[in-house]
Amino acid sequence: MATLITPQREAALSHQELTRYSRHLLLPEVGPEGQRKLKAARVLLIGAGGLGSPAALYLAAAGIGTLGIVDFDVVDVTNLQRQVLHGTSDVGRSKLASAIDRLREINPYVQVEPHEVRFSRDNALDLVGRYDLVVDGTDNFATRYLVNDACVLAGVPNVYGSIFRFDGQVSVFCTAEGPCYRCLYPEPPPPGLVPSCAEGGVLGVLPGLVGTLQASEALKLILGIGDPLIGRLLLVDALGARWRTLKAKRNPQCPACGTRTLTTLIDYDQFCGINVASAAADEVPAITPREFVEQRARGQDPLLLDVREPHEILVAEYPDAQLVPLGSLGEAIPALPRDRDIVVACRSGARSAKAVRQLQAAGFVRVWNLEGGILRWSDEVDPSIAKY
Amino acid sequence: MPVPIHLPSALAAQTGGLRQHLGDGHTVGAVLDDLVARFPAVGPRLRDEHGEPYPFVTVYLNDEDIRLSDGFATTVCEGDEIVIVPAVAGG
Repeated sequence: MATLITPQREAALSHQELTRYSRHLLLPEVGPEGQRKLKAARVLLIGAGGLGSPAALYLAAAGIGTLGIVDFDVVDVTNLQRQVLHGTSDVGRSKLASAIDRLREINPYVQVEPHEVRFSRDNALDLVGRYDLVVDGTDNFATRYLVNDACVLAGVPNVYGSIFRFDGQVSVFCTAEGPCYRCLYPEPPPPGLVPSCAEGGVLGVLPGLVGTLQASEALKLILGIGDPLIGRLLLVDALGARWRTLKAKRNPQCPACGTRTLTTLIDYDQFCGINVASAAADEVPAITPREFVEQRARGQDPLLLDVREPHEILVAEYPDAQLVPLGSLGEAIPALPRDRDIVVACRSGARSAKAVRQLQAAGFVRVWNLEGGILRWSDEVDPSIAKY
Repeated sequence: MPVPIHLPSALAAQTGGLRQHLGDGHTVGAVLDDLVARFPAVGPRLRDEHGEPYPFVTVYLNDEDIRLSDGFATTVCEGDEIVIVPAVAGG
């Protein structure tokens, strides 16, 4: 297949670099010519999190000349289970500052270009247009559609990876011959239907598997070797230890890469229904953990209904709560009291807001959402309760 | 004719904790109907209220997207497998 880097762009290698990249130079598929291509290449990593971490580490080690990284987040202790670019001493630092230090240590010959901004429709085309290839390490549907459309419009390949719990997906989108993300998924799921990793969890090693596959695909595209995942979707099943490759075909009706009726970037929050969802969440009657505890202290006796999963209770437990996981709420409704105040609680307040709406739809009027869930309970009421 | 159905781990909670099932039928839709008859909770995760495929859940017969053939009416043959691939966005 064709390389992304023309011979005119190949960058010369110093003696020190030739030694450093010795194991690449021994591969006939790479050799000095391929290594000069890698040095000339400009790769944009969008997200320095679970997927971006291994991708950045391996792309830097492999000698990619310029690595742009887009991230505006700060390292949180809950990131460390999988985001191996960052260490314990980086908690509280910006992910970009942490990434720059780590990548410089891995390979000082790599130029890191930090972009400490939220990737948005205002900057997406400008950013993507300055690179040869994008590695999508984002963590939400709105940004994934934005990355896709920007790559289609700019004509830049998108090495896609996505993870949830134990399952991963990898593909190469937005090439001249292959499909784009919209061909595979024309529309996103409605907000709330598919939990994020922050809500549903993810096996820490899974982004390692998927992110390194993305790095491998990026190297193949730059070198013009092998069979990249253009027109194929690779599923990684960590639980079953199985990989499966499915066909991903260009959809002639795709507005981005098929009919090309999509000529500019759109409002991706609106496309994903995010504004509508957050407005709806605001309408739910709510009570803070502190107010709830004060009510109990005054002798009021609202029912505290915990809609989390049983395994979450083992981590952090509300005092005197009744457990009804959200998925079983429908079956439990007939047994719930209608003549008593009900305060619904979960981890962060998102699932409980859904439960409040479900109870309201079933005719309950004395029902409130516990704002901020057990995270806020730990902050405001009882710091001995673990946050997760 | 029993046809293997492969689900992602995220849907196993709706199907008795298992990710591999067998469904009986001569079309992809009929095979999934058979699964949903045993595990009703998984139904709304596989198809919309009109019984049509969602744009965010890709159903494969072997390695082919059924939206590019006859959708749920796509005929299944001996040795075929169905793979459910919902959109996920984690990173």
